[in-house]
Amino acid sequence: MISYIIRRLLYAVLIVILVSVTVFTLIRLLPGDPIEILVSQDIMQDAARDPEYYARLRSEYGLDKPIPIQFINWFFKMLRGDFGKSIIRKFDILGEMKSRIVVTLSLGIVSFIISNVVGILLGILSAIRRGKIVDTVVTVIANIGVTAPTFWIAILLIYFIGFKLKLLPLYGYTLPWKDFGTSVRQSIMPVFVMALGPISMTCRQARSSILEVLNQDHVRTAWSKGLTERKVIFRHVLKNGLMPVVTLQGTMIAMIFGGSAIVETIFVIPGMGKMMVDGMLSQDYPVVQVVTLMLTFVVVLANLLVDLMYGWIDPRIQYE
Amino acid sequence: MGRLLTVTGLTTEFRTERGIVSAVKNVSYHLDEGEILGLVGESGCGKSVSQLSLMQLIPTPPGKIVAGEAVFMGADLLKYEKNSKEMSQIRGKNISMIFQEPMTSLNPSMTIAKQMSEMVLMHEKVTKKEAIERSADMLSQVGIPDAAKRLEDYPYQLSGGMRQRVMVGIAMICNPKMIIADEATTALDATIQAQLLELLYEIVGRYHTALVMVTHNLGIVARYANRINVMYAGHIVETGTVKEIWANPLHPYTEGLIHCVPKLGERLLPIKGMPPSLIGRPPTCPFLSRCQYRQKSCFEENVADLTYVDGGTHATACNVRLKEAGQ
Repeated sequence: MISYIIRRLLYAVLIVILVSVTVFTLIRLLPGDPIEILVSQDIMQDAARDPEYYARLRSEYGLDKPIPIQFINWFFKMLRGDFGKSIIRKFDILGEMKSRIVVTLSLGIVSFIISNVVGILLGILSAIRRGKIVDTVVTVIANIGVTAPTFWIAILLIYFIGFKLKLLPLYGYTLPWKDFGTSVRQSIMPVFVMALGPISMTCRQARSSILEVLNQDHVRTAWSKGLTERKVIFRHVLKNGLMPVVTLQGTMIAMIFGGSAIVETIFVIPGMGKMMVDGMLSQDYPVVQVVTLMLTFVVVLANLLVDLMYGWIDPRIQYE
Repeated sequence: MGRLLTVTGLTTEFRTERGIVSAVKNVSYHLDEGEILGLVGESGCGKSVSQLSLMQLIPTPPGKIVAGEAVFMGADLLKYEKNSKEMSQIRGKNISMIFQEPMTSLNPSMTIAKQMSEMVLMHEKVTKKEAIERSADMLSQVGIPDAAKRLEDYPYQLSGGMRQRVMVGIAMICNPKMIIADEATTALDATIQAQLLELLYEIVGRYHTALVMVTHNLGIVARYANRINVMYAGHIVETGTVKEIWANPLHPYTEGLIHCVPKLGERLLPIKGMPPSLIGRPPTCPFLSRCQYRQKSCFEENVADLTYVDGGTHATACNVRLKEAGQ
């Protein structure tokens, strides 16, 4: 078990490094660079047109060196805990991230919990009332939830609920421990948008795997013992039926945190996703690198947890 | 011996895309306390469905019990709602089942201890500890060595024979009035099968539990049962004591079955042909197409109800034999 975890953590490090290399290289392959953007904003327009000034800035940020050297420099700085500074906005990345990661995590975790609870409950309901009206309604909603694009749902919500009906604030975010009421009101729409896809997918997966387990012999045995419906479902069906649902949750976490880029941009929420989008739009290399690294970290860790969950659910799985 | 169960006119149907399948048709039989009843017939003849109907374990839809009553200890089981409180009082506590597939009939993610003790906890007012002790005791009664340690195992850690012993233990743990063994030993190899049958026979004898042995193997039934019901295409075509049926089969199908029991040095005589489709079958005798004694009148008459010959314990649904017997 412990050797399994250690081995998985080593894989995780490898994945994080690979993703870093890829992001590092790809963003540099895009046309233009942050210095151009920086220079174009410069008030000293004359100096900006001076190629020497441009070259000096490039070397100041180390961007004149070959990409592999740049990567190694960056990598060792990261190891020392030096996350660097934003080229465009000059802020300290670590300090900026500290305040933003709380926002993204609190929204993401709430979305994740809601998507699991609601998704699984709807999946169970729909499976045990198969073919009834409840099942049909849930299935239709879940199909819409899977297919509808996040940004479109977000725009509809902002327009109708926020703008027309004025029920909820249009944008912004407040941490729950600062002002709970406002925080909840501001969270409803973004959390709904973030959780809708995962709810739908979890629900569909839960429904189909529970239906499969419902027809298995051991469930018939459970009925034949005279157990109540609740006991049969929760004790015998659920644990065996949740296996594929747990597998899916690794992907769902990736979806929620990846989706934070879109949701935070639309609802103007000062989180990691917004930071990444802003960084990308201004080609702020160090910002993009660090933020993607953090998101990769979250996703890899989540998948490790998912794999460890299997052992708890299915005793036949041994970790070697 | 008191009457335990009286089934009258049980009819179960399945709605399929090709039509309504009459899996069990107008089946009537009875079972006494402590009696061992064999229910014999080939695959798909409705023997399992008739037993699952009693327990209301038929998957609905597509299955549906359309007629009949099953009076068990004075109450009609078929009147209860499928998953009602009354039905769960019957299941496990009064009637328990042992299923065919030992590899899949136990929950793979639950220990033997939990699967056995949940049954006791469901039906009796005992503490968890007492329930576990009862489970350990039962486990050693069904011949599992080192029972206390085995309780902590998961089903995948046991062999097929051991799992079926666990199933017997689960079935017996609440001391039910009646056990239905639905092809309980079919999936096991011959030596294990014999051991398990002996165990089952011995244990129901000890607790005076009635047993319905559902099987396609007439040989097994002949050895252990008091009476035999022979089923064909959803009907009970013959019933009688083992002696009566073995010595003097009153239905051509039973005769065919007896010829199918392997005996040393004799060639097996298979029954020619296939069982009829159960969709939209005419009311004539279901065995008609395969019968070697059929007469012209068989094609015109409806199949006879199961009728006792000479007011005894031996009954048949064969028109020809009933006429011969003057009924």
